[in-house]
Amino acid sequence: MALTDAEADRPPELSSGAPALLRLRGVSKWFPGVQALDRVDFDLRAGEVHVLFGENGAGKSTLINIVAGALRPDEGHLLLRGEAADFRSVHDARQQGISAVFQEFSLVPDMTVEENLFLGAELTTGPFLNKPALHRRAEETLSRLGFVLRPRARVNRLSRAEQQMLEIAKALRSNVSILILDEPTAALTERETDRLFQLIRECRRQGAGIIYITHRMNEIHRIGDRITVLRDGRRVATLEVPEATGEKLVELMTGRRIEAFFPRVDHDPGEELLAVEGLGAGSLVRDVSLTVCAGEIVGLAGLVGSGKSEVGRACFGIEPVHAGSSRFRGRPVTRPTPRKMLEAGLVYLPPDRRTEGLVLERNVRENIALSALSLPQFSGRVLLKRRSERGICARLAERLKIVPRRIERGAAFFSGGNQQKMVIAKGLTRNPGLFIMDEPTTGIDVGAKTEVYTFMKDLVEQEGAGILLISSDLPEILHLANRTYVMYRGTVRAELKGAEITEQAVLSHCFDSGTGAAGG
Amino acid sequence: MADVGVGTEEIRVALGARLLRLARVTFVHLGVLPLLLAILVVGFGVAEPRFVSGQNIFNVARQATYLTIVSMAQMLALLTGGFDLSVGVILAMTSVVSAKAMSSVVAGDPNAVGLAITLGILAGLGAGTSMGIANGFGIAILNVSPFMMTLAMASIGFGLALFMTGGVPVYGMPTQFGATLGFGKLLGIPVPVYVTVVVILGMYVLLNWTRMGRYLYAIGGNIKASALSGIPTRSYLFMAYVLCGFLASLGGVMLTARLETGEANIGAAMPLRSIAACVIGGVSLRGGTGKLGSVVLAAVFIDWFENGMNLVRIQSYLQMVVLGVLLIFAVVMDEVRHRYMATLREV
Repeated sequence: MALTDAEADRPPELSSGAPALLRLRGVSKWFPGVQALDRVDFDLRAGEVHVLFGENGAGKSTLINIVAGALRPDEGHLLLRGEAADFRSVHDARQQGISAVFQEFSLVPDMTVEENLFLGAELTTGPFLNKPALHRRAEETLSRLGFVLRPRARVNRLSRAEQQMLEIAKALRSNVSILILDEPTAALTERETDRLFQLIRECRRQGAGIIYITHRMNEIHRIGDRITVLRDGRRVATLEVPEATGEKLVELMTGRRIEAFFPRVDHDPGEELLAVEGLGAGSLVRDVSLTVCAGEIVGLAGLVGSGKSEVGRACFGIEPVHAGSSRFRGRPVTRPTPRKMLEAGLVYLPPDRRTEGLVLERNVRENIALSALSLPQFSGRVLLKRRSERGICARLAERLKIVPRRIERGAAFFSGGNQQKMVIAKGLTRNPGLFIMDEPTTGIDVGAKTEVYTFMKDLVEQEGAGILLISSDLPEILHLANRTYVMYRGTVRAELKGAEITEQAVLSHCFDSGTGAAGG
Repeated sequence: MADVGVGTEEIRVALGARLLRLARVTFVHLGVLPLLLAILVVGFGVAEPRFVSGQNIFNVARQATYLTIVSMAQMLALLTGGFDLSVGVILAMTSVVSAKAMSSVVAGDPNAVGLAITLGILAGLGAGTSMGIANGFGIAILNVSPFMMTLAMASIGFGLALFMTGGVPVYGMPTQFGATLGFGKLLGIPVPVYVTVVVILGMYVLLNWTRMGRYLYAIGGNIKASALSGIPTRSYLFMAYVLCGFLASLGGVMLTARLETGEANIGAAMPLRSIAACVIGGVSLRGGTGKLGSVVLAAVFIDWFENGMNLVRIQSYLQMVVLGVLLIFAVVMDEVRHRYMATLREV
């Protein structure tokens, strides 16, 4: 702790060489009942990528919202190129060359790519829209950025990754001096990520400053120059990226020491739980065969869009299956539905907690109990057993360390990490044998990640459960899986076991043959 | 710091902030109803002392039973994230069908009063509930939006009710029907109040102590997450609209007994009034949240409010204006509430 405090006192400029493009001095912000930022100092130099790091709720979003002009500080001030700045709106900040790409998209789904790209800055001749010019400019912008998007495509037809690219294109439409990116790669494929990083480097070369929020350790090292860690609304430390090891960052971020980021999982494969043969599902997945046994974590790796998520969803009965057969605990599964699979002991944890995992309007207890209400512990013939329900849910909240441990509180009021724990707790109510975890750690902070990993370890080692881990986060697969399947364009391209699971090996199967190692 | 005045000022500010936060949290949890009730009781109570007299409250309690039952019906649809614009014509169909059935049985055999009433009630409930079934089928199975389905059903039902009556009220029901279900009293308390209390208790158990209740909230909150939790969402959506139709229909039977005629236009204001009661009672238009007790209170509030306007002689046409304004106000407050919820979330 002493180390941490000492670093907080040190001024954020480590070297006084480059002039600061943007300076925040003693910025505070209150929301009803909570102080989101507490006298934060922050410097952004021209030509650097400055990573903001911290748990959900540490104040990162508030900080970038202030820089982007969406919020105004209650205390403290901003200096842009040495002069006091006070942004009245996002538009105002944009005029000064500050562009932000937030996690929530600001696109109009029913409009086209080009219309969205120039929304609020339409090209006109007199009172009329100059559509041909708009089209030309849109094509220019997109080709300059190297994004493969059709200008006349409707946004609601685009994939999430394409929408993300459009959002970035919007930010880079005009010259920017400060670019804010909030977890921009969450929906991008490896190749699109590479392209984005190229763009970022280009912006950096042109002297722009980039504020970059991410939870992904490898991105920090690939693209970051300096890193500022926030905790509970305070700046804990600002360090150069090479000094920032994973363990150190976690320690700074959570304020406690973490022995290892990934726990060591002892696999002990037992009976075969799930066996899929020749599965064809949706429009993408074809001829997929895989098995998962009790007592092991099996990885399912692949790029975004490789169909790995669809495989998990097909097993759970939420993606239409048109070919192949599957067995669960030796019994053939015909026409799976979530209800049947839950009753058989297979749980699917969806990647998007907010849209598929939780009913945010309801409290923790009701969410945890939702899929198990038909069990005798939760209801009799007619009435619910609310006392028993409370007990079971309280125990699960305890076991997963949901913070705060108030099960009558609305699910919406919890951080992403705690919401993910709720989704896991919900899966546990039925004591399932097999978990299909689809991107179990996207968008949750590193502290919560380690907790989720430890929990997976316990499930496998102590309860003999099987886990199919579907993940785009390669380190997760490398450290946790006993075996892993790699998917490429809807089929399983390789099965790797034990020591064969290396970054090189997995990546080489993720890409077109030939360009294999490029992603590493 | 030497200045004591500053210190007390700070305390006052801190206290004010805390009170403000408390008010906000209460608002987020209970909605706009406590505020409205306070304004109602104080405002009308001062303007017209009779407003808060026991006799008047007794009258309001009886009057409010119809809206209360229909509001509970509406609540079922709202909880799932939809609504039912056809509750009014469900009332009307029930009224017309039950009146027709009763009068024709009595016309055939003037002594068959018990039979006439039983058959009439069953026919009315059957007609109303089948409209609920149609709504449920369209919305849950055919994926028609609740707005379009129930709006179309409102036209269908109103047209049918007018067609069956030729636009003329149906008379000739046995007087005992109105005398018991409409004006009857037991131990000094009107029969409709008993019926309403039974429905409230039933709804309370349904919403808070059964799987169906829990599932309705979950479906309204997040239908995808509910489906992934193994809930047969279509069946429960269907049942919500059927039950909504049944309850609205029950309200129709009661109101027919009260009016002693079968009329095609008795429920015209019901969709608006019942949705207003639910929204004022804190049921979110996005589905997934809302407490039964508040809805019942809000329904009583609306009837009491209208009663107050009558007492201070506000014209009935103007009352419609006031009710519309009140509904918009409640919806705006629902939005504000969601925004507060969002800021409280940033903890």
